[in-house]
Amino acid sequence: MAYSAKVIDHYENPRNVGSLDAQDAAVGTGLVGAPACGDVMKLQIKVSDQGIIEDAKFKTFGCGSAIASSSLVTEWIKGKSLEEAGEIKNTTIAQHLSLPPVKIHCSMLAEDAIRAAIRDYKEKHPSA
Amino acid sequence: MVTRPIYLDYQSTTPCDPRVLKVMLPYFTEEFGNPHSRSHAYGWKAEEAVDHAREQVAAILSADPREVIFTSGATEANNLAIKGVAHFYKDQKNHIITCSTEHKCVLDSCRHLEQEGFKVTYLPVKSNGLINLEDLRKAITNQTVLVSIMAVNNEIGVIQPLAEIGKICREAGVFFHTDAAQAVGKIPLDVNAMNIDLLSLSGHKLYGPKGVGALYVRRKPRVRLQALINGGGQERGMRSGTLSTPLCVGLGEACALAQTEMRAESIRLKALSARFYKAIQDSLEEVYLNGDADQRIPGNLNISFAHVEGEGLMMGIKELALSSGSACTSASLEPSYVLRALGVEVEMAHTSLRIGFGRFTTEEDVDTAAKMIIKEVGRLRDMSPLWEMSRQGIDIKSIQWAEH
Repeated sequence: MAYSAKVIDHYENPRNVGSLDAQDAAVGTGLVGAPACGDVMKLQIKVSDQGIIEDAKFKTFGCGSAIASSSLVTEWIKGKSLEEAGEIKNTTIAQHLSLPPVKIHCSMLAEDAIRAAIRDYKEKHPSA
Repeated sequence: MVTRPIYLDYQSTTPCDPRVLKVMLPYFTEEFGNPHSRSHAYGWKAEEAVDHAREQVAAILSADPREVIFTSGATEANNLAIKGVAHFYKDQKNHIITCSTEHKCVLDSCRHLEQEGFKVTYLPVKSNGLINLEDLRKAITNQTVLVSIMAVNNEIGVIQPLAEIGKICREAGVFFHTDAAQAVGKIPLDVNAMNIDLLSLSGHKLYGPKGVGALYVRRKPRVRLQALINGGGQERGMRSGTLSTPLCVGLGEACALAQTEMRAESIRLKALSARFYKAIQDSLEEVYLNGDADQRIPGNLNISFAHVEGEGLMMGIKELALSSGSACTSASLEPSYVLRALGVEVEMAHTSLRIGFGRFTTEEDVDTAAKMIIKEVGRLRDMSPLWEMSRQGIDIKSIQWAEH
């Protein structure tokens, strides 16, 4: 199967690989997917007092499309408010990376990962 | 300059050996006769060539040339053996025994027969990929007509105990068929010593051409088949259709070369595999060999690299042509059914690579491949949340994963 140039770029030069301290109150962590399905994404966001995502990190176990999807969304969500980040749709990710139909689940997982990270952050800050 | 990837997928197919191609070529042009034409020299020449090829195929199996039926490949040979025997003897017996790690064409032929009303037992395999002979003994009933167990598995390269299986089948009066597509030319085979009644082989798995294979069908005690393809009654009525002289000649030559070179080649491949596996083990933790370490053909390794997904890994080693047990591209998302049958955890099956060495693999290829894989596994582990958890001592199984 041929990968798009954008998938290859993110796979070969992934942006924002790494981990943030999950215990930090400013950090929200999302862990989605399952090893048995061949895809696991961990997405972490660091949120400022103003509710802006100032840093994002990911680690992904999965195919090239899964790695590219998570790498891409870390770029996209940085600088966004939680609401804006929460509005990112898998279809936008899939379109941007030209994912073939069999890889659409990778973009869905990336969308889930953003939401899970936001949810985790909000659980730490019930009033936010 | 664009160079081609290093070929490490010899269980998928092999290049046609130039020595094989050379003997095939005249039969496309000058010696174009129909081997079934009895009335002129064109036909006689072609028939002579086919007969010689039949002898060469028979020789590698210690069989009689009259027991060799040319087919389009191992898939057809497997279909013919299984369906042909089942249909011919259907008024007497209706039970077939096979195993869960067989090639799809054997499993699918069996499924097809089940739809027709036949009973099929799918034997499990042990964690090393081999069947339990006691399971086989217990599965045989007075309704069993055929046992079909592959000689060498295409994914994990393990060698089933053919002589023992043959002995059990012969004693029970049951025909023994083996899909030997991955075995011919790699391990010594003797249809008489092993009590094999039917054996399938393929040209392109042993440095011969694609589009040709053969089925060995025992004459004494005689095995009878109902043909799948009807027509002019060629191949003793078991497979009609004009034979392709060049393809038959190529298959014969491939068998002859393999027979001559097998001993030396096995030693060479075993050394290459050992060299590769040692390099991997010296540099990487948590790598696991799938399938029995000793009962396997020398040119196959199937390795799980824990916490690194196979398809993702393959993308990083584009300079290597090999295949993965992960099936992320298939619609099912289910990884290799062969690895699953061994009891390999689904997550580990997703991390496997099948690495196949063959006649044209060099030591340099092996060293380059090992170096690339080690580097890429390291990079992807640094990127893997599962590797991170495992380093932190978190049991991945303790986490409630949302399976999608």
